[in-house]
Amino acid sequence: MSRLLSRKVFKTFLKFHEPCCLSSMQQLLKPTRVLANKVQYINEDRPEFPGSKSVFVNKLKFLWPEKMEGIPVYRVMNRKGEIYDSSEDPGLSKETVIKMYKDMTMLNTMDRILYESQRQGRISFYMTNFGEEGTHIGTAAALNPKDLVFGQYREAGVLMWRGFTLDQFMNQCYGSCEDMGKGRQMPVHYGSKDLHFVTISSPLATQMPQASGAAYGFKRAQNGLCVICYFGEGAASEGDAHAALNFAATLECPVIFFCRNNGYAISTPTRDQYRGDGIASRGIGYGMVTARVDGNDVFAVYKVTKAAREICVQENRPVLIEAMTYRIGHHSTSDDSSAYRSVDEVSHWNKEDTPIARLRLYMIKKGWWNDDAEKEWKQDSKKQASHGSLCKS
Amino acid sequence: MAACRGKSLLTQQAWRFFQRNFSQTTPVAAQLTVRDALNAAIDEEIKRDPRVFLMGEEVAHYDGAYKVSKNLWKKHGDGRIIDTPITEMGFAGLAVGAAMAGLRPICEFMTFNFSMQAIDQVINSAAKTYYMSAGMVPVPIVFRGPNGSAVGVAAQHSQCFAAWYGHCPGLKVISPWSAEDCKGLLKSAIRDPNPVVFLENEVMYGQPFEMSEEAMSENFLLPIGKAKIERAGNHITLVAHSRLVGVCLDAAKELAGMGVECEVINMRTIRPMDEETIVKSVMKTNHLVTVEGGWPQFGVGAEICARIMEGPSFNYLDAPILRVTGADVPMPYAKTLEDNANPQAGNIIRSVKKSLNIK
Repeated sequence: MSRLLSRKVFKTFLKFHEPCCLSSMQQLLKPTRVLANKVQYINEDRPEFPGSKSVFVNKLKFLWPEKMEGIPVYRVMNRKGEIYDSSEDPGLSKETVIKMYKDMTMLNTMDRILYESQRQGRISFYMTNFGEEGTHIGTAAALNPKDLVFGQYREAGVLMWRGFTLDQFMNQCYGSCEDMGKGRQMPVHYGSKDLHFVTISSPLATQMPQASGAAYGFKRAQNGLCVICYFGEGAASEGDAHAALNFAATLECPVIFFCRNNGYAISTPTRDQYRGDGIASRGIGYGMVTARVDGNDVFAVYKVTKAAREICVQENRPVLIEAMTYRIGHHSTSDDSSAYRSVDEVSHWNKEDTPIARLRLYMIKKGWWNDDAEKEWKQDSKKQASHGSLCKS
Repeated sequence: MAACRGKSLLTQQAWRFFQRNFSQTTPVAAQLTVRDALNAAIDEEIKRDPRVFLMGEEVAHYDGAYKVSKNLWKKHGDGRIIDTPITEMGFAGLAVGAAMAGLRPICEFMTFNFSMQAIDQVINSAAKTYYMSAGMVPVPIVFRGPNGSAVGVAAQHSQCFAAWYGHCPGLKVISPWSAEDCKGLLKSAIRDPNPVVFLENEVMYGQPFEMSEEAMSENFLLPIGKAKIERAGNHITLVAHSRLVGVCLDAAKELAGMGVECEVINMRTIRPMDEETIVKSVMKTNHLVTVEGGWPQFGVGAEICARIMEGPSFNYLDAPILRVTGADVPMPYAKTLEDNANPQAGNIIRSVKKSLNIK
């Protein structure tokens, strides 16, 4: 039989055959590609459907997600501040590591003061960053300071790393006359054009397709920069999240989607939010380069972000990073988290695994930090932060 | 206002005492907060009709972001009170499908600001399906949650959606003020065969109101589409909905001291609008001021103006109708700006004086 049949001839041919013969005919004649009006048939074992890339199987087999191994969590440093594999140590200078530590702890101090300000009725609302400092500083340090940031609302550390001053934070939260945003936005909805940080927007996940769009612009501009978009595992349930990831992948945009999976979306635990293997598993589905990282290990976050940035900029393709972490504070001042999680659970994380404690242990081991330095910095940072707050109120 | 707050402190204690006896069979006339009135309405309707269920973000285990569904999950369980992932479009669509399949969902938006994420399901599916299916597929849903401005939460958390939803045929839109409104109208909304948008107000949740014995009863219903005259008067009509009804009453009290008697109409329903009550009142007072928290352009007040012009009471007007509305800007955060963007009693008083041409 001729290996090349015109479509018309083939259709006529089928008409004269009983359906029972069809299957054997089809096994013989496997279409490989459609060229204008011509279909090529060869005996081939690989499916050539335009929408898939895989093999044929002859046994029915469902894919059971629970039988698959979960995506591993990358980390560089253990809870004692020890590096597992020296070849993975980012080898940051003493100066950089101390800035990381100081920014992470300053963020904590500022959070405490502004949280209390809300409790005292001086400001209407606040959101702390406790427990997630590693994801902020680790990513911020790895980016080009001109890379555009789309935050969700709990990324104050990124701004702090880039040089947003305590005064600027306070002015925004108090809506004072010196606020760059002219007192228009509610607290923690920071933004800074100078620092390439897009003003925070309350409705969840709206920043995600916007990030894909901005990255598309960067791709067109060929400016060597990328976009980073932060979002929570709860926001990943919004329709916008799907659209953002799919567009970024198909339009091949230089954007890092950085998920802070902190266990809770206000009160909703991950178990009620999704049933898959976190958010990372979705990246694969969208054809995105994907990694999962220990968000409480600031070095691992730094490394993965740095590498993701290279992929983004050099290959013009998006990367999804899922950072596993734990929100130690309440969602916001409108939330009391004791209603949905035990105090023991929170104190376990607070005692056993915070990014700040890990980094401090690393610094002490290196001989870069000690009790005296800690004491002095605590006093100094508290003084700086409360001075700012007192001036505003 | 200050006096009113002092009173509410006392009565909150009384309410706490009363709360313990709430499940007793003898209905007791008492005070009820707006939050508890809504809670009672949902509770009673879930008990009454097995098709009714509540769904939304954290409505079950967490008792709702504003505690409106307090204890309902404990009472009615997973089958009737359902926590959803954070996908407004998703659970609004799920509610539409459930209603098409014969259930009666109550869909809670954490705030109506976030209903924007789901507005296609609300308008294009919930509101239009009954019409498009030539009456074969009813979609009985209640979309409810806090609406309008709260305090200190700025542009994206402070919008009034009365005009937005009021624009759309196929929807009923309710904007209650008091605890009685909330209980009677929410129960009616749940029993209504149409999709109903039920616009609550966050600031009102903790506000206690007197409830009659009748209003406390499980059979208490208020008709959708009927306004209520909260205060009778002969000199001028004030029409408002939601929280601004209370502000109108405050303004009316102050104006009464100056010898001006205001008639205050609580609209209760935005769509279908109770034109008759407003028209009759205008024929009596010959002056009208509309009051709302939303923006002026194409707003509720604008619609009332149009209806009066087209209707029988136009020739009874002795002065142009005036609108008191939220400022025509996204809500600012800073307190001084926010206060100026929201209508205050002073704005109402000024408009009344202007309408009556008094100083």
